[in-house]
Amino acid sequence: MQRLSIPKFLNNKITAYLLAGSFLLFSVLLGISIGTVSVPIFTIIEILMSKIAGSISLDQIDPMFSSIVLNIRLPRVILAGLVGASLAIAGAAFQGLLRNPLADPYTLGVSSGASVGAVLTLFFQLSIPVIGSFTLPLLSILFSWATIFLVLAFARKIERSMRVETIILTGIIFSSFLGAFISLMIALTGDELRQIIGWLLGSVSMRGWEYIRIILPFFMLGSIVLIINAKELNAMSFGEERAHHLGVNVQKRKLIILTAGSILTGAAVAVSGTIGFVGLVIPHLSRLLWGPDHRHLLPLSILTGSGFLILADLISRTIISPTELPIGVITALIGAPVFALILLQRKMMERSG
Amino acid sequence: MLNVQHVAGGYSDEYILKDISFEVEKGELFGILGPNGSGKTTLLKMISGILPIVSGDILIKGKRLQEYNSKQLAQIVAVLSQHSSQSFSYTVKETVSLGRYAHQTGWFQTWGENDEKIVQRVMKQTGITSLQNKTIQELSGGEKQRVFLAQALAQEPEILLLDEPTNHLDLSYQKELLDLLKNWTSETGLTVVSIFHDLNLAGLYCDRLLLLENGTININHVPNEVLREERIRDVYHTEIQKHPHPRVPAPQMVLLPEARQDKKKFQIDESLLRVTNEIIELRSPAPLRTMSSGVVGSGTGWHHTFVNRHVGKDYNCSDHRQEMVTFLKVKGFEPSETVGMMTAVFLDDVSFKHVEGTGFSLFVVVTAGVGNAIDAAKSEQHTFEQVPGTINTWIFVNGELTEEAFIQSIMTATEAKAKALHDLNVIDAVTGTVATGTSTDSILIAATQAGERLEYAGTITPLGKLIGKAVYECTLEGIRKSQKRKVV
Repeated sequence: MQRLSIPKFLNNKITAYLLAGSFLLFSVLLGISIGTVSVPIFTIIEILMSKIAGSISLDQIDPMFSSIVLNIRLPRVILAGLVGASLAIAGAAFQGLLRNPLADPYTLGVSSGASVGAVLTLFFQLSIPVIGSFTLPLLSILFSWATIFLVLAFARKIERSMRVETIILTGIIFSSFLGAFISLMIALTGDELRQIIGWLLGSVSMRGWEYIRIILPFFMLGSIVLIINAKELNAMSFGEERAHHLGVNVQKRKLIILTAGSILTGAAVAVSGTIGFVGLVIPHLSRLLWGPDHRHLLPLSILTGSGFLILADLISRTIISPTELPIGVITALIGAPVFALILLQRKMMERSG
Repeated sequence: MLNVQHVAGGYSDEYILKDISFEVEKGELFGILGPNGSGKTTLLKMISGILPIVSGDILIKGKRLQEYNSKQLAQIVAVLSQHSSQSFSYTVKETVSLGRYAHQTGWFQTWGENDEKIVQRVMKQTGITSLQNKTIQELSGGEKQRVFLAQALAQEPEILLLDEPTNHLDLSYQKELLDLLKNWTSETGLTVVSIFHDLNLAGLYCDRLLLLENGTININHVPNEVLREERIRDVYHTEIQKHPHPRVPAPQMVLLPEARQDKKKFQIDESLLRVTNEIIELRSPAPLRTMSSGVVGSGTGWHHTFVNRHVGKDYNCSDHRQEMVTFLKVKGFEPSETVGMMTAVFLDDVSFKHVEGTGFSLFVVVTAGVGNAIDAAKSEQHTFEQVPGTINTWIFVNGELTEEAFIQSIMTATEAKAKALHDLNVIDAVTGTVATGTSTDSILIAATQAGERLEYAGTITPLGKLIGKAVYECTLEGIRKSQKRKVV
């Protein structure tokens, strides 16, 4: 019995990674292929192979295709993927840490905090010497970091046990306040209202490779830190006291995890605006499919989160083509009902005891 | 193992605990008691390092608590707390496996063969192996508690801290859990420090108890010393009575409800007695405190029906107790509320008497046969053979008797009976000497426990005098009646 169960368990996890990986690959190919000009999948593979391995010369391929793929669609897809992955893993971490399936950068108000940082940078055209273009993500991260600690401190003031609803309510209060603050700033600056609102609702269009360079290091840093702390997250999702009893240095780990989550959120918001609910839907789905163990939940959330946002972006730019919808509209259309469903489920479970 | 020295502390603004000092030895099962708000949980949280120690020291294995880091502490001390809510559906095995966290070191913290072995072992010990692939949300409260116990045990702790471990458990699991803990302490040297709400469980299982009162130690001693009536009454501010456990040498506390049933004024006397050929029956309007040697309802208890049943001389039954229970049921009596006796004496020959004392009264019922009279001083000459011929004595006291009065009543009644046999010169057929009773005599003392409090029932006390006289006279009369029947 014993011997059988372990390989089965492993198999399960391998299947999980294969499934999530294939989903990501499928999304990437679809995301690159579909658009005003359709690029055949085989051609995409050829272009990518030649770029990566250099085995096939680009000369045989239609330069229009390779230009569309390399300069427009690929960076967009990668950016969408990175943003999706960052938000999803950050959401999974916040949820585990706060024992709150409704927590995600958006519902906690962290995204709004990051937006304030980003808007400040953009409209006052701040640029810190030496770090240059990293001023934007750094300020976003700083603001998201400050926001999460404020939100948690406030929630704790309301109620020591920090119930799920209390935290979310606090998040909404902060979101509204910070949102109003952003509106005020925009109104004061006066111009380009439409573009700003588009940015606020989230978009990964026309950002190019430069934005990928901005988010990538933060994504790597945040994700690796979180994955290293997967076990602590497991322990912490049983409550801070329990985690302490199990031997986790709770204060230190909590700080690390919240910081990593802020880094991921801040960087994602800096490059794409506020895209809601990715961090809510993806971890929830992954948990349903493959269980709550963070050692697998975090990497799987990266894979499914990036795939999900690539598809969401694809829909947002094709559904009423040639006009582009903000990507946040699509994620909210999917995410808000899921949010409602989780809330309902929890209440039903509480009632049934 | 655990040494607490002059510790004070609690939540930020107010010290809940003041100057707490005690020591727990390796392998002890140490209980912490105290009313709500006395600081039990605070103390446990300080020992487990969750609440800061404001002054004083807690030493674990001789080292100050603060000198341990989180992982080191978790390798020695495991905690099973009261509530463990869980938002995500981890499986039982995943949950238990987390207990190994503190033992896994290094960046990659790999899951070793040893870890797997320990997890399997503790799941077996707590009886949750069959649940291992279920998610904890599917489990009942008791099962969850066992899962978290397994998790704590997977830490391979030397000290286990428990906060009311039996809180969510059914009676059978409470016993099972505590039996398990008790075994571990003696077999593996595990030290257990546990908060108890239930004084009786604590008294049953703990080696020593610490009683907290308003954040200070009231006493730290063995259960028998801690669970004293007056002490518990004072600390918990409630009416309570101490009682020995019927089977093991442990003190037990029983609550005395404030609103005792409205005491109807009643008196036990001949008006309640009903005699037929088959049974003598007495139904009391309320349960009586009894001490008896009946076939049914023997020992001490509360009963409100009393039956003396006539059986033939050839009555023989391998399980007369069960037969009697069946008989009572058929006759419409509730066996658990009945004291039942048997006799071969014809029930018409019953003799009874109601006598009044000052403030109390007595009703005595005797059926006597002496076909099997025996001299107790020489009873060794008898073979063990039950021959019918029995003196059954019922003594109902309309008054409140202490435990010693019950016992003294039995002594006094027995002496009076022996005297009656002596005066009638009833002879033991085997030894040829004067008999003191028969081999199957039974006695019942039943008291209403209302009215006059009668502390003693020795032969010269008011109660003893009355018992002696009444029993003597009734026995005399009963024997005469049955002897007359023989002659006729």
